[in-house]
Amino acid sequence: MIEEIGRTTEGDLIINVGPQHPATHGVLHLVITLNGETIKKVEPHLGYIHRSIEKMCESLSYRQFIYVTSRMDYLSSHINNHACALCVEKGLQIEVPQRAQYIRVIMDELTRIASHELWWGAMAMDLGAFTPFFHAFRERENITDIMEKTCGARLTMNYIVPGGVMAELHPDFQKDVQRFIQLYKSKFEEYNELVTGNIIFQNRMKSVGVLSKEDAISYGCSGPVARASGVFCDIRKLYPYDIYNKVEFEEITETEGDSFARYLVRLKEMQQSIHIIEQLLGDIPEGDFQAKTKAVLKLPKGEFYQRVETARGELGVYIVSEGGTTPYRIKFRSPGFSNLSALEHMVKGLKIGDLIAAMGSLDLVIPDIDR
Amino acid sequence: MLNEDLKSKLAEILPLISFEDGGEWLNLFVPPEELLPFVTQLRWTQGLDFDYLFCLTCVDWKTHFTMVYHFSSTLHRHNIVVKSKIDRINPEIETVSHIWRTAEMLEREVYDLFGVKFRHHPDLRRLIMPDDWVGWPLRKDFEDPVNMIRL
Repeated sequence: MIEEIGRTTEGDLIINVGPQHPATHGVLHLVITLNGETIKKVEPHLGYIHRSIEKMCESLSYRQFIYVTSRMDYLSSHINNHACALCVEKGLQIEVPQRAQYIRVIMDELTRIASHELWWGAMAMDLGAFTPFFHAFRERENITDIMEKTCGARLTMNYIVPGGVMAELHPDFQKDVQRFIQLYKSKFEEYNELVTGNIIFQNRMKSVGVLSKEDAISYGCSGPVARASGVFCDIRKLYPYDIYNKVEFEEITETEGDSFARYLVRLKEMQQSIHIIEQLLGDIPEGDFQAKTKAVLKLPKGEFYQRVETARGELGVYIVSEGGTTPYRIKFRSPGFSNLSALEHMVKGLKIGDLIAAMGSLDLVIPDIDR
Repeated sequence: MLNEDLKSKLAEILPLISFEDGGEWLNLFVPPEELLPFVTQLRWTQGLDFDYLFCLTCVDWKTHFTMVYHFSSTLHRHNIVVKSKIDRINPEIETVSHIWRTAEMLEREVYDLFGVKFRHHPDLRRLIMPDDWVGWPLRKDFEDPVNMIRL
């Protein structure tokens, strides 16, 4: 890619952002064509962290492949595991115990909050404010501690397995989560005071990277990115899985479609997640945490597709089975991949500083894009 | 719209298609040369409005490839799976990237990993693998003596 640094025949400057750049949050490489400071073209170069998870999964059993998926979108690893478990359960028609369903949904929502927290801190850091990062991590640390107690890991939890969850909850789980909710509620106002109301922040975010509703749909955007453009696309509402049809929550949408709208959607989503956890935490039913399943899982011949809502958007798991113990072909429809494809359309004609704001508001996780 | 209603409506539009039983959504096979006119109708026919392409991939069946398109409609909330069998030796199919913009990147990924050529694609280059890479990694017969993970 070295030879691409330079000038085009029209005299436009070509620069590389990444793969080692703090604003790309990972090894994303963007080749940008600039006319002065105005962006003419953005071209993502992927593959720096491509581990070929889809190919690897073809030689892993239905119990094993779930662990690989924690490494895709590592900030929503619970939700990735959940998607795969649901897809296998769909194939085998396993009835998951109520208790496991409650635990799964609570864990999903905790993960969503943790992911949005990290995004919130990183977003502000992209725009030059360093302090919010520490505020975000102060709360996020509590979630990772809760995860560590129950799942034994802080990032790649591998807790959700076909048939339920891997282990019983830690005895302190409910108490810890309750304490976290209290803490979070007392600190949430700080977020708005520190960042949301900041006029510099607003000026840099408003009308930057506007994505219309039609474009959001055409580019296959999902999650907060699409919802900020007014698309109702929350899989938890549209195609409820586990006990999402029993909980009451609001699907947050905005209409502006700019970076600030995406910011607001995520901020409000965190509160909705707290609301979901509060509804479920008190009455987790007693019973088994895992359904009885065979030691070796064999999916019947056919095709299975499961959609779930991760912190970034719609994750799809598509399994083609030939009746064996390993998938014949597996495809992960990752939310970040489609959201990234809209980036060029969003930032064309803007200044290079706005690229960082727009890219930050997309909340890209590169291992999720590359897989 | 329910699968049954969808099925009867589609059978009216295009008599050539064949349906596949099973699965949660309506599955249908379209010959590759019919794909573009068919999906164009899916997108623009009133009452169908499949405006959201949420998954585009390819499956290597050793004798042929199957292109798999998952569509849904944000208006009517129905889903459909369109498949098309293509030749494995010289895999070629028409691009849909001018209808659904997301297909541009997804088709590049499929080209990169399977070697399917998308006719009239605006920018068909390798996406994930390096530009000078030889081979199509997700094909079933792909063997890499150095890096292949065997378990």
